Amino acid sequence: MTDSAISIKNVSKQFGDTVVLRDINLEVPRGQVSCLIGPSGSGKSTLLRCMAFLEEANAGTILIEGEPLGFVEGPNGRRKQTAAELRRTRSKIGMVFQQFNLWPHMTALGNVAASLRRVRKMSRKDAEEKAMAQLEKVDLAPRAHHYPSQLSGGQQQRVAIARALALDPTIMLFDEPTSALDPELTGEVLNVMRTLADEGMTMVVVTHEIGFAASVGNNVCFLDHGRLLFHDTPEKVFAAPRNPRLEQFLDTYLDRGAFLVQ
Amino acid sequence: MSFDFAVIFAKGPQILAGLGVTILIWVVGTALAVVLGFLVATARRFGGRLVNTALMIPVEVLRGTPFLVQIFLLYFGGPYIGLRLDPITAGLLGLSIYGAAYYSEIFRAGYLSVPPGHVEAADCVGFSRVQTILYIQLPEMALLVLPPSLNMVVILLKDTALLSLITVPEMTMTVSAIGSQQYAFVESIVVLALVYWGLVELANALGRIAERKISKLRLT
Repeated sequence: MTDSAISIKNVSKQFGDTVVLRDINLEVPRGQVSCLIGPSGSGKSTLLRCMAFLEEANAGTILIEGEPLGFVEGPNGRRKQTAAELRRTRSKIGMVFQQFNLWPHMTALGNVAASLRRVRKMSRKDAEEKAMAQLEKVDLAPRAHHYPSQLSGGQQQRVAIARALALDPTIMLFDEPTSALDPELTGEVLNVMRTLADEGMTMVVVTHEIGFAASVGNNVCFLDHGRLLFHDTPEKVFAAPRNPRLEQFLDTYLDRGAFLVQ
Repeated sequence: MSFDFAVIFAKGPQILAGLGVTILIWVVGTALAVVLGFLVATARRFGGRLVNTALMIPVEVLRGTPFLVQIFLLYFGGPYIGLRLDPITAGLLGLSIYGAAYYSEIFRAGYLSVPPGHVEAADCVGFSRVQTILYIQLPEMALLVLPPSLNMVVILLKDTALLSLITVPEMTMTVSAIGSQQYAFVESIVVLALVYWGLVELANALGRIAERKISKLRLT
């Protein structure tokens, strides 16, 4: 338990009458890559967004490195964290979105340096130096002064990863990071993620890249209709899927020849 | 019937004076409208439901009544509540308030068009609410509203012609007066049309330069 980077207990979430997450319990181990897979509408993205408090769970608790996220338990039930408390817990997290969400009025360097300047209050020079180092990590230093509209999708997503890494988070969350990309461009993004994983970053990845989940993931969670149906090593999940729903889901990938295990 | 433009051009200095007043009211009025409209839109977007509703009412009234009626009320109705304005001040104030209502709607739509994901990205790297407004929402809104804002600049120029009806000595009043005196009414109107059109094209050319300058900042 104490080894968990993220600890999710009895989390439920509904939008109106639609239940999206049903009583989810999940321990995300430190230094490992956890992949969330499942069909559309299974709740995997919502679960990930709850881990960054971009969605508020209706019930349950989420601990980030042992600290409560979003809500704190008090004598009179739970109360919402103040903006400052939330920022402090969130600072351990870096978030990467499906649609990149780069700020169009800032260069690649500006996007990465923004939090260093505004949140860390670093000088422009120091912030840009550190941001440039992050861009080098994702192999984009030569594109530092380009605006997002001047970059390919794969390059934009790598800038977004550098931006999320700028404040040295201990956990990285990825929400379908390659779904908006041409198949040709997914490789460069997955490579950056693979490098991060090799460095021991704790990662939670919502993905349809079954190949990535199989080769880089340390554990795989399968969600369906808001339930966490299966949580095991990729070998167990992919090689011998014993759950009929999981088997059915994986078959759709086998049919398309989109997944290769080992 | 023959056209005689010479009688119009003979009054060149008078026409230029009228043109000067038109440009003064247009430029200053538009600038005030942009500033006021920005303040109203920002207050409505971030000031909570009460502020939003309170400001919605005057905006809807201003957008729902003719500009001519508004300036008549301001110039002829103002003295009844102790508001005595000279024509130029009344015209400038009227144009600014009327323009502000439209600009506030343009800017409000711009704020609403900023992708929520861009705000979420700012939340995730620890920006405070004010920082997100200042460094993300405001500049992205400004990029989004440039084309409709430039369109409004042109509309406001053409609406200054109505100020002749509250005796503002601008171009329409000056030129049509010359036309009446010289029995060259149609000629005067043709000259007026050409000058307004020239100014509009000038504004459009400047707008195109501005749009080209920010083209690489577009939302992808």
